[in-house]
Amino acid sequence: MGSAAIELKGITKRFGSVVANNNVNLSVSHGEILSLLGENGSGKTTLMNMISGIYHPDEGQIFINGREAVITSPRDAYDYKIGMIHQHFKLVDVFSAAENIVLGLNDNRKFNVNEVSQRVAQISEKYGFDIDPRKKIYQMSVSEKQTVEIIKVLYRGADILILDEPTAVLTPQETQKLFAVIRRMRDDGKAIIIITHKLHEVLSVSDRVSVLRRGEYVGTLETAKTNETELTEMMVGKKISLNIARSEPKNTADRLVVNNIRCLSREGVTLLDNVSFTARSGEILGIAGIAGSGQRELLEAIAGLQHIDSGEIIYNNPKTGAADNLRDKTPLQIRDLGVRLSFVPEDRLGMGLVGNMDIVDNMMLRSYRRGKGVFLERREPRELADRIIDQLKVVTPGTSTPVRRLSGGNVQKVLVGREIAAAPTVLMAAYPVRGLDINSSYTIYNLLTEQKESGVAVIFVGEDLDVLIELCDRIMVIGGGKITGIVDARRTTKEEIGLLMTKTDGGQINE
Amino acid sequence: MSEKTKHSEPLLRISKRDGLIWWKSWLVRAAAVALALVLCSVIIILITGYNPVQVYSAMIRGSFGTARKFWIMLQNLAMLLCISLAVTPAFKMRFWNIGAEGQVLVGGLATAAVMFYVGDRLPTALMIVIMLAASLAAGIIWAMIPAFFKAKWNTNETLFTLMMNYVATQLVSFFIMIWVPSGSSVMGIINQNSRAGWLPELFGQKYLLNIIIVAVITVAMFIYLKYSKQGYEISVVGESENTAKYIGINVKRVILRTMGLSGALCGVAGFLLVAGTNHTITTTTAGGMGFTAIMVSWLGKFNAGIMVVTSFIIVFLQRGAGEIATKFNLNQSVADILTGIILFFIIGCEFFVNYKINLRKSQKEGK
Repeated sequence: MGSAAIELKGITKRFGSVVANNNVNLSVSHGEILSLLGENGSGKTTLMNMISGIYHPDEGQIFINGREAVITSPRDAYDYKIGMIHQHFKLVDVFSAAENIVLGLNDNRKFNVNEVSQRVAQISEKYGFDIDPRKKIYQMSVSEKQTVEIIKVLYRGADILILDEPTAVLTPQETQKLFAVIRRMRDDGKAIIIITHKLHEVLSVSDRVSVLRRGEYVGTLETAKTNETELTEMMVGKKISLNIARSEPKNTADRLVVNNIRCLSREGVTLLDNVSFTARSGEILGIAGIAGSGQRELLEAIAGLQHIDSGEIIYNNPKTGAADNLRDKTPLQIRDLGVRLSFVPEDRLGMGLVGNMDIVDNMMLRSYRRGKGVFLERREPRELADRIIDQLKVVTPGTSTPVRRLSGGNVQKVLVGREIAAAPTVLMAAYPVRGLDINSSYTIYNLLTEQKESGVAVIFVGEDLDVLIELCDRIMVIGGGKITGIVDARRTTKEEIGLLMTKTDGGQINE
Repeated sequence: MSEKTKHSEPLLRISKRDGLIWWKSWLVRAAAVALALVLCSVIIILITGYNPVQVYSAMIRGSFGTARKFWIMLQNLAMLLCISLAVTPAFKMRFWNIGAEGQVLVGGLATAAVMFYVGDRLPTALMIVIMLAASLAAGIIWAMIPAFFKAKWNTNETLFTLMMNYVATQLVSFFIMIWVPSGSSVMGIINQNSRAGWLPELFGQKYLLNIIIVAVITVAMFIYLKYSKQGYEISVVGESENTAKYIGINVKRVILRTMGLSGALCGVAGFLLVAGTNHTITTTTAGGMGFTAIMVSWLGKFNAGIMVVTSFIIVFLQRGAGEIATKFNLNQSVADILTGIILFFIIGCEFFVNYKINLRKSQKEGK
């Protein structure tokens, strides 16, 4: 029996008192696809970073083709023919695909576009890639960039490929294409590890699946002999029901009417082009789209953080009945108008919260101006902090811990808790479950549904199409800064949304 | 390929600590000071041949030897602390105000100008009010110019404030040339006979008023940064400008206001230096304190309370260095080397408070 392409034995890695990986065992053979499954924060990426030489394990051994290997740098990993495709691409934007592929190679040869292109073409043909080696990276779509990353490691002769969350940024159609390529690489004898937390992908592409939970190795199963329920249980550690109780919208009214808004960046690039839609109270409006298609700009335009070049945003005040235009107003002016707008931004610690401040001081961010006098009033924020910790089960040593020390899920609970506590009439949330474990994610979904049922107009920007379809009432698809369609979430399919996501006629968007 | 390359685990690895218990972190700091003293002793013996214990006791006498030395030490401490407090709000806002030196100087220049031109024609109290107002205005203007450019066109405040220092120095030279007709370019004691505009002595102590004023500013700054709404805004802007915009803080206004405050306090420092301490002005009135203050502020983690301690350490070392240089007839540079070593250890030990070093485990023990 041949030895495994790569085998890990008893790998342990600690960061301070945090154990990121504890006694993990893993093996992949040539000609096999292994899924590494686990929730966010379960230690998948840490483990793979040890194989690719970014970290060094505290304990345990790594064997490659049956021989013990010590990997202390990415160059060592390269010597062992290990190639990692990171979640965040590491490409030089102004270089062509071919230039990026040979960048950093030290083979004492002159760069010859034709030669490189020829080899790239060979690789492409062998595995079914579709790429123009002379195209510059900044002109490429996300999926093309990913292709360049994969060719880059194949070009270097990698035998063991690690893909970190490769489908996170792809449309359903692109995902299928990627999986076809991965299968062809497997048939060619490569050992492949895919890091993911999406169950249906695990089941559709891999031969075996290894599960990590909170840094602990839970076990390895053959994909053919398992199912989603069993895998979820292994991943979370207990039986949970993954259902979102979606209610029918009641008493809807047009709360926020966006008419033909258009935003340009400082450099004159079109960020949002002729965007129109209506957000209704008592309803969740989902926004789907490839990352960077204008979602952030749209929410920031509504919140008064993005300059709007033309169009209008009308807010129908349920108390006064007035219709106010929010365009060209600062966040403070919007609040002074009596608009109760809450916003959970994508960048939690860089925009929604202040990482170095404790929970109490973060609670005050929106309300510190309250009261006369020059001094701060910390009593109410402290009570609010206690209430949120209690109700949303925030795990923290206390209210005086800086929020950056909390885990991603707890940070998000603090932020969402504060925004909901402001009793909004419009609640915008951008990727509110990104980086959260399954339980926390469902807590957030339930909170959003509760808000909807109490008559709030909820706008939810998401990336998981399955969740969008289950949670929202209507889904608006944005592509290249344009609205490419608004569909009824109860009747649509993933494929329909996927097609709308890519339906952009050359509308270049600044990423 | 892999047969040839011999890979081995690195000998030393650095990893972050989770936060030491307070007494352990102070143990590290004490050990650092002890180690610094041992190393300094070796250097003292090697270079000078003196007994290090004698040198160290001379160092202590530099600050505590006589009542006069003690008061001078307190006065130096007060001035350094005052300028450190002045730069702190700006630094907390992540506005790199390297221009305290110049802001102090123009504050001092304004005071000197009032003293020079008004002479003894006004009652003392009124005169002091005018001097203070002039210094405040000068400091604020000097600080607001780079702040305005930063807020309006996002210019680099580090370079801008630094350049303003040179302008301030030349401005002082220029006025001294006008005021001192002899061309010696040394401004004597202003109003030596009338003592007009000199800050009064309290209980016979020349420096006591300066010290009390700085003590009041220290407490006020502590409260301002920690408990006021404006202090909170400074923290938010410093931590993340995006968050500040998100919650509707007018970032430009906060930058201007905070730099105004910073400049105003530098102006006060200049006023105290000229009216209370020196009664004259030179291009070196600020004496590099505008730069030392940055170190004090950072070492004190922008906390006015801790800054009292850090500025004491620095003044104590400076006074001690001066003392041993004269006492043992040493070159001033030797004294500076010694204080440099001690400071290096004090600052460097923070690394060991935050990180720990892992040695490579001895080869595969236990199999």
